[in-house]
Formats: sequence, C-alpha cells, structure tokens
Amino acid sequence: MIVVVDYGMGNIRSVSKAFEACGADVTVSSKPEDLKKAERIVLPGVGAFGDSMANLKKRELIEPLREEVLVSKKPYFGICLGMQILADSGEEKGSHRGLGWLGGRTVMFQLPDPQLKVPHIGWNDIKVVKDGPLWAGLGRKLDFYFVHSFHFEPKNASDVAATCNYGIDFTAAVLHENIFATQFHPEKSQESGLRMIRNFLAWKP
Amino acid sequence: MLRKRIIPSLLLKEGRCVKGVKFADHRDVGNPVTAAKVYDAQGADELLFLDITASREKRDTLFHVVEETAENCFMPLTVGGGVKTLEDIRCLLLAGADKVLINTAALSDSELICQGATQFGDQCIVVGIDFVRGRNGQAEVISHAGAPVPEKDPARWARRVTELGAGEIVLTSFDREGTREGYDLETTKCVVDAVSVPVIAAGGAGSLQHLADAFQTANVSAVSAGSIFHFTDQSVIKARAFLKTAGVNVRPYL
Repeated sequence: MIVVVDYGMGNIRSVSKAFEACGADVTVSSKPEDLKKAERIVLPGVGAFGDSMANLKKRELIEPLREEVLVSKKPYFGICLGMQILADSGEEKGSHRGLGWLGGRTVMFQLPDPQLKVPHIGWNDIKVVKDGPLWAGLGRKLDFYFVHSFHFEPKNASDVAATCNYGIDFTAAVLHENIFATQFHPEKSQESGLRMIRNFLAWKP
Repeated sequence: MLRKRIIPSLLLKEGRCVKGVKFADHRDVGNPVTAAKVYDAQGADELLFLDITASREKRDTLFHVVEETAENCFMPLTVGGGVKTLEDIRCLLLAGADKVLINTAALSDSELICQGATQFGDQCIVVGIDFVRGRNGQAEVISHAGAPVPEKDPARWARRVTELGAGEIVLTSFDREGTREGYDLETTKCVVDAVSVPVIAAGGAGSLQHLADAFQTANVSAVSAGSIFHFTDQSVIKARAFLKTAGVNVRPYL
C-alpha cells in the first residue's frame, strides 16, 4: 500500500489516479497510522511553500513523516512542492522554514533573459545527471510538464538527479538514499510520467 | 528548452462538447471525455475546458467531466467558465484541474485573482481576456456579462491582472472565434510584449499556418484551437509535425 499524503495542497486526486493507473494500491490520507502502514509515501503539492508547511504542521504530519522517511527509510516521492519543502527554507511570500531533509533553499526564478516568462509553464526536457532505475525505459523521452515560479537549490550538489534549463540550469529532480523528488509533474506528463511512476513503484533504494 | 504548446480547447455545455461561432449558435459535437482521450493519445500538450453552462444547478456536470477526464488523461488540464469564488477554484482543482481560468469575474472582482494567487499559487490562476476590434480598429476588452470593463486596452489590462497575481493569460479574439480566419496577431503580440507571464493565443485558428504565425509573429507560449481540430482533418499530430518543420520548438516525440 502506498500513501498519497493529503494535506490540503491541491491536486491529490490527479496524483492518486495516476498511481492507481500504474497498478498501485493507493490510500489518500493524512493519518499518521496510515503512514506507518505505508510501504511508500508520495507527497504531492501545488500552492505556496508557507501554506504547505503550515498545513503539514496543523495536521501534525511533520514528525510522522520524518519518522517514516528518515528513520524507517521508506521510499519517498515528492512532487513539485513535495520537492521544494525538502529545503531548509523557502522564499515564497515571505521566508518560511522547510522540512530541511536535504537542506538548501527554495527560491524564485531570477532569469537573466527578460524575454523568458515566469511561471515556467509547459513541457521541458531534462538532463539526467544521476542515472538509475528511476529513469529506466525513458530513453530520450525526457520531456516533462512543469508549472512553477520557484525552484529548489539543494545544499549538496550530489543530491541533484536531473537538471533542466530555462535561462539557467535548475534542479529538476533530486535523489538521496530513499528520497526521490521532482519539480515536474509525472502525473501530468503522459507516457513518460507514468513510466517514471511505475519505476518508483518498483524501486528498491 | 521549454517547448511551445499546442492546446486543443473544448467548449462545454451541460456536460457535452459544443461548438459555436463568435460565442453563439452552439451545436453539440460529442462527449468531452472521449474527445479528451483522443487529444491525449495524439500527444496534445494540455487541454482547455471552457464551460458555458448557464444554469448554476447544472454546473455539477462540469465537475464530472473534469473528474472523469483527470482519471483517464494524465496531462495538464485548464478549466474555466463561471468561476466566481475561491470555492469555485478549490472545487475545480480538487476535481483534477491544474489551472483555473477566470474570465468575467476578473473584470469585476480583482480580489479574486489576488486571493486565488495567494491561496493556490500564481501558477494556477489563468485570466481569460476577450477582445473585439472597435469601430476605429482599436482592440477593446469586452465582458460577455455586460459588466463594466475597468481597462479597455488588452495589453494594459493584461499587465494589470498579472500585477494582481495571474500566472498566465488566455487571449481570445471575439471577432475571430470559430471563424478560422487566423489569430489577431497584432493584438496578441502587443499583449505578449506587455506581460512577463506566458500568453496563450485563442480564437480564429483555421489552418496549421495560423498556429505557426502565432508562435513566429506574436511569440506566444502556446496556441489554443477548437474548430481546426474538431472539424477539419488536421490533428494534433499533424500540427506538431507541421510546426516542427516550420522551425517551432514543439515537443519532438511523445
């Protein structure tokens, strides 16, 4: 059983349906006891950094998540905000503390070319810098759907699994032991996204 | 590199797909979920649902369509039509929309854009701007509800809504909508140059060259089209191939 964590931040339904389409037994939940039973944990998230941390706190999920992911080492898949809040801090509408699991900062795009529009919305190709089973079968089909104005700068460059270019190179995916997270939306990236979800479901970190 | 997007648009009324000309004379053209699945299979980059169901009671049909589409199509969905409150936005996002289009309400309720962007993130608040060419040929923002228009100039209005928090603009030429005469490139380019967020051209595409024109002349981030994909033998696959040959940076493979 995998748990898609429901903490009031957006597209839970799209994420759970995509995982179901890939054969997963999905429970959408915000209960610590479900996290305990879960084999894998998915933290989606659309919205603002501060709100998402406030919601996790309000639902008393921060400690249970830490326990299951950092101590029990269950495979974790963070999507969009689920990646950004791995940082120590986020600078979206004020400065906010993140989960700090990987360290680093989540910052707004500062692009050198004024022609480039923000938010960064649409399909962009990524460059895998840390190859492995999560990228299996994707070949050169590395276009994924992004929709964001902020990006994650992890403290350790060695945690970066893939980068994407939009005027600057930014972090498109991170991988650290059992923690995997993407800035793009696999649940919205058609065949390539579903393939990545299947890879995650089979992943043994 | 960020790809240019091809976005089929589907006009919905009471849970069915309809098609009109200049926002009138709507006829039934089928089941929206079936159409969405076809576009998904063809590798459309995103889908745009616009609901024109007049009665509030039948609005639930929209949520069912969005839910069913999101269960079957793992691709980005933008949904609009009749969005008036934060609760409307929340319900559409929960049903499976990734972005919500605010049109008429944006003209009368700037707080909705502001609060929507604060609560859900600016990346999911899309503002629709419809315009006509007035008697002197000047482009003017219009309201379908007959509400007062706070700013007539499309470029200035677009800039204003982005300052309020809109993360994307769908710009529709009312005069061209459903006519297949091509996009209003001049006005579109003005709006693209005026704002720092992505602009989607809508209203008037009748040939694949029209799509290329919007990218190459007006420099839009995406094109939206209804008639061309519904009523001609052009498909998203053909559009992608055509645009690629024309030198537009579209997704190279599915």
